[in-house]
Amino acid sequence: MKGFETATVVEPSSYTPVEGDFELLEQEDIGTDTNYASQGYWKGVAVHFMRNKRAMVGLCIVLLLILLAVFGPMLSGYAYDEIVTALNAKGRKKAAVGISPRIPAIHEMITGEPYDDIYADKTFLFGTDDLGRDLWTRTWYGARVSLMIAFVTILIDMIIGMSYGLISGYFGGRVDNVMQRFVEIANSIPRLVIVSVLAIFMKKGIGLVIVALLLTEWIGMSKIARAEMLKIKEQEYVLASRTLGAGNGHIIFKEILPNTIGPIITQVMFSIPTAIFTEAFLSFVGVGIVLPQCSIGTLIEDGFNNITTLPYQIMPPIIVLALLMLGFNFIGDGLREALAPKLEDM
Amino acid sequence: MQDNQTILQIKNLDISFRTNAGVVHAIRGVNLDLQKGETVAIVGESGSGKSVTMKAAVGLLDSNATVNSGEILYTYEDRDGAQKTVNLLSLTKKQLRTEFNGQRLAMVFQDPMTSLDPTMTIGKQIMEGMLLHKKMSKEAAKARALELLKLVGITDAENRFRNYPHQLSGGMRQRVVIAIALSAEPDILICDEPTTALDVTIQAKILELIKDIQKKMNLSVIYITHDLGVVAKVADYVNVMYAGKIVEVGNVEEIFYEPVHPYTWGLLSAMPDLDTNDDRLYSIPGSPHNLLHEPQGDAFAARNPFALKIDKKAEPPMFQISRTHFAATWLLHPDAPDIDMPRELKERIERSRKEAAKYL
Amino acid sequence: MTKYVLKRIGMAVLTLLIIVFLLFFLVRIMPGNPFPSERMNDQQIANKRAEMGLDDPIPVQFVRYLWKLLHGDFGNGTSLYNGAPIKTVLSTCVKNSFRIGGMAVLLGSLVGLLLGICAALNRGRFLDGFCTVVSILGVCVPSYVFLIFIQYNFAYKVTLLPYFFDQTKFLHSSVAPVVSMSLFTMSTIARFTRNEMVEVIDSDYVRLAESKGLYGSRLVSRHVLRNALIPIVTVLAPLIVDLLTGALVVEKIYGINGIGKLMVDAIAGEGVDYNYVLALGILYSSLYIGVMLIVDILYGALDPRIRVSAKGGVKE
Repeated sequence: MKGFETATVVEPSSYTPVEGDFELLEQEDIGTDTNYASQGYWKGVAVHFMRNKRAMVGLCIVLLLILLAVFGPMLSGYAYDEIVTALNAKGRKKAAVGISPRIPAIHEMITGEPYDDIYADKTFLFGTDDLGRDLWTRTWYGARVSLMIAFVTILIDMIIGMSYGLISGYFGGRVDNVMQRFVEIANSIPRLVIVSVLAIFMKKGIGLVIVALLLTEWIGMSKIARAEMLKIKEQEYVLASRTLGAGNGHIIFKEILPNTIGPIITQVMFSIPTAIFTEAFLSFVGVGIVLPQCSIGTLIEDGFNNITTLPYQIMPPIIVLALLMLGFNFIGDGLREALAPKLEDM
Repeated sequence: MQDNQTILQIKNLDISFRTNAGVVHAIRGVNLDLQKGETVAIVGESGSGKSVTMKAAVGLLDSNATVNSGEILYTYEDRDGAQKTVNLLSLTKKQLRTEFNGQRLAMVFQDPMTSLDPTMTIGKQIMEGMLLHKKMSKEAAKARALELLKLVGITDAENRFRNYPHQLSGGMRQRVVIAIALSAEPDILICDEPTTALDVTIQAKILELIKDIQKKMNLSVIYITHDLGVVAKVADYVNVMYAGKIVEVGNVEEIFYEPVHPYTWGLLSAMPDLDTNDDRLYSIPGSPHNLLHEPQGDAFAARNPFALKIDKKAEPPMFQISRTHFAATWLLHPDAPDIDMPRELKERIERSRKEAAKYL
Repeated sequence: MTKYVLKRIGMAVLTLLIIVFLLFFLVRIMPGNPFPSERMNDQQIANKRAEMGLDDPIPVQFVRYLWKLLHGDFGNGTSLYNGAPIKTVLSTCVKNSFRIGGMAVLLGSLVGLLLGICAALNRGRFLDGFCTVVSILGVCVPSYVFLIFIQYNFAYKVTLLPYFFDQTKFLHSSVAPVVSMSLFTMSTIARFTRNEMVEVIDSDYVRLAESKGLYGSRLVSRHVLRNALIPIVTVLAPLIVDLLTGALVVEKIYGINGIGKLMVDAIAGEGVDYNYVLALGILYSSLYIGVMLIVDILYGALDPRIRVSAKGGVKE
């Protein structure tokens, strides 16, 4: 280099230059940013989410439970309300009442002796209840109800809650004021009070649960959506879209919605557990699912009623409920972290 | 007090961070000297590791950081007036906090909006350090705090004393942060991008303020910044940092008038300049090296239009150019081709040299 | 500040009034008959209706109801408890529920706070993991399941505790419900406290305080705790309402004579009539609104950003 022929090495490097090392490197793609160029926002979120062990565990749990809820009842070969019977030695029909969990093959393998009772050939993975119904079938049938509630919650959140919040936040001013006063009042009525009023003049059953959710579940979501809307609507691209003559509906749902979707999905994931809890509670109390249908809540109630005689009966629904909660909570946590990563999780 | 006494010396510092994505080797052998009463600037893009280096000195590294090797030697006079040198990295957190933080090394942070406790009056926050270290009475501390508020240019100090941070503007808050940093009379003030979050007009005021106080209190100051304008205004020595290493060191004239490292050329060219005839603003191509992956050879090679073949093979050693000027680039090797800085930059430097000569 | 408080109180009263009206209206327009008609003939029902003023226009009934309400009179039950004044039934229930709920709130929030603080200060270590497990467990399993578990193991298998609630042995028989009810509060508070603390610990102002030379308990008590605990007031509030009004199923299962059980009976339609639903609805709503009001005011008092903004700060 010109003018610096006197430069001396301070700390010699371990590398000894060879012939040709000091030629210019011909680089053509110097302007291409290889570090960050290829990673889009959603890809980044997905990578974060997949890297999060807990979130993946949650996802696996929920997927597994969905599979079991769909196919579980078919595997046992019994209907959820079928009282399993067999003929005893005297040729009389007998119901399989209160049989603890068992798999004959495994029993034989361990003890070497075959069962010698009349249900010798029957497998009851979770046992049977006090009426002789297979608990495996009933548990997964109940899980279906919980998952259906989860699905309904997603719909309520996404349709009512989100639209309400987005519209209220977008129009602002008097519209927002009126809509927010309404939310404030709706929010001050405890969910239980609404349920109790409903219970007086509605038929018991899944319909009542859904109406109760319909009336209360959207509030939390509307707040989140409104807050997001207030954050985003001031941004330039919204203004740009408006100057180009886009209608309000287009701006709200085509321009802004896609940018608020992260926090909204997170909120959905967190509202599912409360909804499932509510259904379980209402069914436990006796206004949810009607017999002989069952849900996690009624199964827990049955188990509770028989706890001194058939203590194993309460376990499957409780475990399924806990796993559902766990799964959705983990997914929610994972999404939240993936959408707003902190430096130390990167 | 003798001249040219080294007060802080960082030797071969090496730090890495554990993250979910893997180990980030953020600091890869940094050396730095600070003399008493002088101002040293560390310049680099975000992510080059300039803040981390200084956070290590004051024991504020995040919990996922590991110091692999290196020393940070601090020389001071203890209460009896005897000279002592201590390796700050070998101290426990407790020793560091009780004996060094605040009273010997103080820090001013980047964002004044978030660096004050929102639930405590600013008066209390200023007095806190004094009460802790100086064992003063509350009245004395208050009097001193008011003095400091006036020193950092806050009028109406009596009233401000009882204010909460949210009642002050950004510039005022940064003044308060500086007052806090000065409260226990430190030897070294570390300013981590002190003006980045502020309006341009306030930036200049804050820099003047720090300069003033430096003279009054005989402070040694370390600036961490990416703004070469700030550096030109305040620094005696400049350290240019890239990908966890210092690539060029020198005094202010050497760095601004005789830069030798292509990265420094890039930084200088990227400075907006009113006199230039160029149509577009130069920017260094690409983005900083991702330290999740250990660089092969020179970390800057991928963005360097003057890269040599050897840059892909081995890391350049430090070459000494003058007593104070060092740089790590193979271009300084005797066998290297003659490559000079880009013409535009050269012209620009010439212009500013003439400009500067006018005021001499 | 006073203006803010007054405005807030005004809003709360107005909201409550609207809710009372809504509930009253809904209950009155509901189909069905408030009297067990099998045991009465038409004439008797007509007499009863007239006696209770059910034939008057609804606004008149509403004003009358409101007037009574202001005097603490919730009217009489029509079928259950043989028409005894709701007020007396309610007062025993409220007493039971508040005592047990209060204990659960105290236990849950204290242990939760402690756990959350310890977890945040030992981030990434054993205690942190323990706190996470506890909070997941508490959030994933309903409180009545815990109660069933305690009942089965400690009252049925081993008779350490009574199997059902016994008014005469109040403390002894409160253990099971209090513990099971406190778990949800505990885990929610622990999780929230931990996250708030961690956020504050990572904040710039704690960095600044550290660079001043503060460390250890002094740093935590002066800068971390206050900033982290203020927001906790907001999560605690709904939890308090839930617990004070009785974790419903817990009261039902354990046979506690409280408002939770009354509510469950009302929901399940087991002989509890409209007037009870109305009274309970008003009770619940007013408690909820009241606690939220207190929280808002408390928040304003604790957080200088809200406290001083009413006075109007000065800027450069």
